[in-house]
Amino acid sequence: MYLLAIDWIFIIEKLVLIAAIVTLSMVVAMYATYGERKVAAFIQDRIGPNRAGPFGLLQPLADGGKLFFKEEIIPLASSKFLFILGPLLAMVTALLTSAVIPWGSSMNIGSRVVPLQVADVNIGILYVFGVVSLGVYGIMLGGWASNNKFSLLAAIRGASQMVSYELAMGLSLIAVLMLTGSLQMSVIVGEQYNAVWNIVYQPIGFIIFFICALAETNRTPFDLPEAENELNFGYHQEYSSMKLGFYLFAEYINMFISGVIMATLYFGGYDIPFVNEANLAQHIGENWVALLTFLTLMAKALFFVFVFMWIRWTIPRFRFDQLMHLGWKRLIPLALLNMVITALVILWLKK
Amino acid sequence: MSVQITNRSKPVDRRPMNWVERLYLVNIFKGMAITLKHFFKKKVTIKYPEETRPFSKVFRGLHILNRDEEGREKCTACGLCAVACPAEAITMEAAERQEGEEHLYREEKYAAKYEINMLRCIFCGYCEEACPKDAIYLSQTFTPANYQRKGFIYKKDDLLIPNPVTDPEGYKKALGTISREKEGV
Ligand code: SF4
Ligand code: SF4
Repeated sequence: MYLLAIDWIFIIEKLVLIAAIVTLSMVVAMYATYGERKVAAFIQDRIGPNRAGPFGLLQPLADGGKLFFKEEIIPLASSKFLFILGPLLAMVTALLTSAVIPWGSSMNIGSRVVPLQVADVNIGILYVFGVVSLGVYGIMLGGWASNNKFSLLAAIRGASQMVSYELAMGLSLIAVLMLTGSLQMSVIVGEQYNAVWNIVYQPIGFIIFFICALAETNRTPFDLPEAENELNFGYHQEYSSMKLGFYLFAEYINMFISGVIMATLYFGGYDIPFVNEANLAQHIGENWVALLTFLTLMAKALFFVFVFMWIRWTIPRFRFDQLMHLGWKRLIPLALLNMVITALVILWLKK
Repeated sequence: MSVQITNRSKPVDRRPMNWVERLYLVNIFKGMAITLKHFFKKKVTIKYPEETRPFSKVFRGLHILNRDEEGREKCTACGLCAVACPAEAITMEAAERQEGEEHLYREEKYAAKYEINMLRCIFCGYCEEACPKDAIYLSQTFTPANYQRKGFIYKKDDLLIPNPVTDPEGYKKALGTISREKEGV
């Protein structure tokens, strides 16, 4: 269907995909709050929320409803536009990263091959990094626009932490990029698809990446920007109602997306382990395989989300100087070393 | 100078961290193993409205004023419970038993008014111990919540046990815990 020289079906296809992915991220984030509380409870020998619906499954809905009906306060001395822009930006940047992720192998609908990826740009991973670093603005704007010293301090803490850990994250990533030789997400997955996963070549790189991901998503042990209980609640101190909800929500979306990215970069993306997808496709059809690969990716990502929570309920928070020491004096040199060694090995093998 | 209370105390290790420890990873993994173990442990939660926690046999809850088998109030308004009460929660007014009221009150003097302020009461059970007539007991129920302070001042009607003649089931139910206590089961 071509109208005005535009492939309308293509646009519809992408719109549906975008809607599906955004909904998926929202639902996962919603139930991640529930999951967090359950994991916390189980680790502390409790059973967690169990009143709203069976097993407390309606709890996230109740929480969301509560946040919507709370009084919305915009501080008098705040800069209103930026104050509202803050949580918006946090939310949007959290969702934007999902655009370049390959969510599964392609489907066949009618005569069309529909890749389960919104945009297969050739600089996919750079795009992810660009958007993730925009996330700092959400924090910074929120903290600054509140016109509150403590919010501002927390925002500065958050920004400096994110900037320093982004560096180590990028360096650990370069090693992966050297292995695959491409910035395109689909190629990175394709390389691992029928071969070995990147984690085998890059265990140290993965650990660095994982630690940095914890810091980027403001999770314990690096949750100083928030520090609900002692450092005066962080950059969203002045926020109430759903604007606060958006900040908290953005954190969970970030967590899910970083889980997906870790799975994509190091754990073969949507690759089903020990299964030859091409063979399987001949038996049960491509669309079913696409669904299975998608579920595999979800399983991997949710496992990482679980590990994030597990860590949160295990270890206490780092002090700010410890955080900076770890970032600048350990992770960056380690990542550099990892990068150089990978480069040398690649060069040596090529010869 | 230190006092040894248990033999489980360990001296604090103040050595500077070595290289492995400064990587944090090993100890973090150890910690995560511990929390994972707890993940699968038996949970201690009691799902309250469905399950209730068993009370101890000597639990002291809301008071009841007892009657004898014929349904007569036992209390003779001697005031010993009020004297014994450390929280001064009990007040009463005595009255003389009139002709024809023998089926209501066992003794010649009875409590016309009897109040316990549950906000003052500390549930020590001294009133129960002081009573010479076996007239007051602490049962095994909580004081229910209330919206107003005056709701916590329990009148005689709130405290009296159901009449064993007119409402034997209610009486048995209210007495159940007491008799068990008395038998020392
Ligand atoms: S239980 Fe103790 S405090 Fe309460 S009324 Fe009896 S004597 Fe007073
Ligand atoms: S309850 Fe017992 S101690 Fe208190 S006034 Fe009555 S008879 Fe006396």
